[in-house]
Amino acid sequence: MVTTTITTLGTYRNDRPYPFCPGCGHGQILDRLNDALIELGRRPDEVVIVSDIGCSGLSDQYFDTSAFHGLHGRSITYATGIKLANPDLTVIVIMGDGGTGIGGTHLLSAARRNVGITVLVMNNMNFGMTGGQHSTTTIEGAVTSTTPGGNLEHPLDICATVGVNGAAFVYRGTSFDDDLASTIADAIRTPGFALLDVWDLCTAYFVRSNAFSRRAIAETMEAHGFETGLLRRSTVSGYEAAYRQAADSTGEQRAPRRIPTSFTHDLAGRCSLLLAGSAGAKVNSAARLIGEGAIRSGLWVSQTSDYPVTVKTGHSLAQVTMTPDPAPILPIPAPDALVLLSHDGMRQVGLTLPALRPSARVFTTPEFARIETDARVEVIDLERAGSRVPKASVALAVGAAAVDRLGVYPVDALREAVQAGRFADKNLEAIEAGLAANG
Amino acid sequence: MREYIDGASAIVRGALDAGCTFFAGYPITPASGILMHMMRELPRAGGVAIQGEDEIASIGMCIGASLAGARSMTATSGPGISLYSENIGLAVMGEVPLVIVDVQRLGPATGGATTVGQGDVQFVRWGTSGGYPIIALAPTDAADAYRLTVRAFELADRFRCPVFVLTDKDVAMTPVTVDPDDLRAIPPGPRSVETHGDPYRYHPPGEIHPLHEFGRGAPVRFTGSTHDEQAFITKDRSTIRSLNTHLIAKIEDHLHEIELVDTDPDPGARTLIVSYGVVAGAARVATQAIRRTGRNCSSVVVRSLWPVPEAVLAKALVGVDRVVVAELNPGLYRREIERVAQHCDVVGVNRIDGHLIDPKDIMEAAW
Ligand SMILES: Cc1ncc(C[n+]2csc(CCOP(=O)(O)OP(=O)(O)O)c2C)c(N)n1
Ligand code: SF4
Ligand SMILES: [Mg+2]
Repeated sequence: MVTTTITTLGTYRNDRPYPFCPGCGHGQILDRLNDALIELGRRPDEVVIVSDIGCSGLSDQYFDTSAFHGLHGRSITYATGIKLANPDLTVIVIMGDGGTGIGGTHLLSAARRNVGITVLVMNNMNFGMTGGQHSTTTIEGAVTSTTPGGNLEHPLDICATVGVNGAAFVYRGTSFDDDLASTIADAIRTPGFALLDVWDLCTAYFVRSNAFSRRAIAETMEAHGFETGLLRRSTVSGYEAAYRQAADSTGEQRAPRRIPTSFTHDLAGRCSLLLAGSAGAKVNSAARLIGEGAIRSGLWVSQTSDYPVTVKTGHSLAQVTMTPDPAPILPIPAPDALVLLSHDGMRQVGLTLPALRPSARVFTTPEFARIETDARVEVIDLERAGSRVPKASVALAVGAAAVDRLGVYPVDALREAVQAGRFADKNLEAIEAGLAANG
Repeated sequence: MREYIDGASAIVRGALDAGCTFFAGYPITPASGILMHMMRELPRAGGVAIQGEDEIASIGMCIGASLAGARSMTATSGPGISLYSENIGLAVMGEVPLVIVDVQRLGPATGGATTVGQGDVQFVRWGTSGGYPIIALAPTDAADAYRLTVRAFELADRFRCPVFVLTDKDVAMTPVTVDPDDLRAIPPGPRSVETHGDPYRYHPPGEIHPLHEFGRGAPVRFTGSTHDEQAFITKDRSTIRSLNTHLIAKIEDHLHEIELVDTDPDPGARTLIVSYGVVAGAARVATQAIRRTGRNCSSVVVRSLWPVPEAVLAKALVGVDRVVVAELNPGLYRREIERVAQHCDVVGVNRIDGHLIDPKDIMEAAW
């Protein structure tokens, strides 16, 4: 067995020089990140720097830690996946202000989840890498390569946004802050979601087009009422810990449901039964039980259904196709039997009725005794049974009567299916009411 | 004993049996069943399932989780694949094992949420920039969805690339009767990983080196930018050529390992029926029916759509002069068959109205 001895480093930087323009703030911020990592002394393989895209996105290449360089704006999503899959890792996102725009929804969601990652925003108020275009944080009036007449949009307050949406640690400062390194270390120590909005200078673009400077950063913050310093801090545990705790209380994995085949059937070819009723009237559940009864009788069953997207209104159709041998999913055949339960169902089977063969059978309530069809119409009068059948039981009651009359498989198999499922008592009553109506 | 399950549940069972420990997805019919089952089952199995804020976040989380040691899967339908697009490229470039389920609905755009279609068959292959290969498997029914999901995880680990399970609304959402013996698989062993050395290797081009995962002793670099073997961004021409050649060769040099085709040859047959996915059912019924009339007819069901299993197809095409390709789109996979079957008359049986193909239509086209 190979054992690895890990010693923490005197530096987490490698010997590659930064690629940034002279005076660019990104290098300064990375130096402070390095100081913070030295202070924390974590195993470099367990520190993952997830970089976004942009000049800021080049950052991971200057560290001897683990690194993930993905797509523009999506760094937070990778960081979330890494942290959830292995909560022992220290996950640090480095992104530009550009990433907070294109990936704004991820920023919000990570704050709301309070996932235990640290997001370090290098906020230079423009897209450095692509040529100084305006970003979500560009201040009003600023000239950029895409706002030649001055920016008309209001700048995003990153800190306030994540702050009111659940972030555990929020800090705003600049690349010049003396205590930036220790603040970054504090952010990384925070169990929940931590964000540092660190303003810096893009000397190639924003500084040049706006005569921007270290002093101007301070004045801009002041003028816009952007609060600085540590704005929020809580020690509540992160999403990954909350998830494990919740998962531990959800119980054991469920074993697959096996259905015994203790009955026999009398089916030679295919038999297809269509239940047509109203949404919310348990049409699908009845079809499922009828199908399960068939399976218990050794038949092979598939079930298709049709209903409006607003599931509690309108029609509900469920078709149970039974065959003596395994059969593939094929175009749904014209049913051999139709169980017609309501006007909603009636409207939907308008086209099916004329297609029914004379040998087909329709089982329905007295209300639809006079429908026009070549098929044989058989009325199931549940009131004959004496007891009033609740609305939610009508589908199963008429369905049971249909199963009984069709003689495809024994009603006892249906009873057994019902007994093995939920609401067994109510469903058994429904079956008995249907059978009683058959007389 | 029997089971009564739909393809979505079968896919989840397959994923769990294959050792999947991370799932992220965004709700969309007809794939939501997979998300909901995963949200319930995965935490109980010690894994993590999460509903992402959108499809981009969902696949992004899966890619991150995979690098952090999890077998990862996501599931969506066509509109979601559109949003996956850029990250599919990231998984290709970064050589990330990842299983992506596409439960196809009728397109384009929002299309028919609860309507069956097979319109994504080229989309999954060409759905990201650059044109580099991926693997796509197409199950014919629920039991096959189980098997091919397990297989997808094996292939993802082996080839370090996105592997699609390309299914459809009818397979995913139709409860069917399944023999429990058909829902059993030999679980893949642990993913082979390497803990030291360069995270990427391009020589020899067709060789796939084990994945490097975060937190296993030595720092691991990962990138989606054009990179050298240490994962540093490079502009060196020969390195770039090696990298991109490797991305192709690592799959194309191993076609025989990936190909899955159910061939049903009929000696002397001059007609071949080609199908995949849910349409395989009708194709098999049609083949049997043709034979019952005393005529010869062969059938192939393609279960690994990408890379195209050209060798198996070429063998099945020997002596054949008429090929019928049945699919629920305007003829998208037919163009692959036409490429392989240049000496044949290739005709399509296509439905683009959200209805399954009737075996009778295949029989008619076969003659
Ligand atoms: C999807 C996508 N759109 C656009 C780009 C081009 N792009 C590269 S960097 C960047 C903006 C970077 O700005 P910022 O995040 O502020 O980083 P900076 O360069 O200022 O550090 C853009 C738009 C891309 N890489 N990907
Ligand atoms: S372009 Fe701007 S952000 Fe990029 S390195 Fe130069 S100064 Fe820094
Ligand atoms: Mg910027």
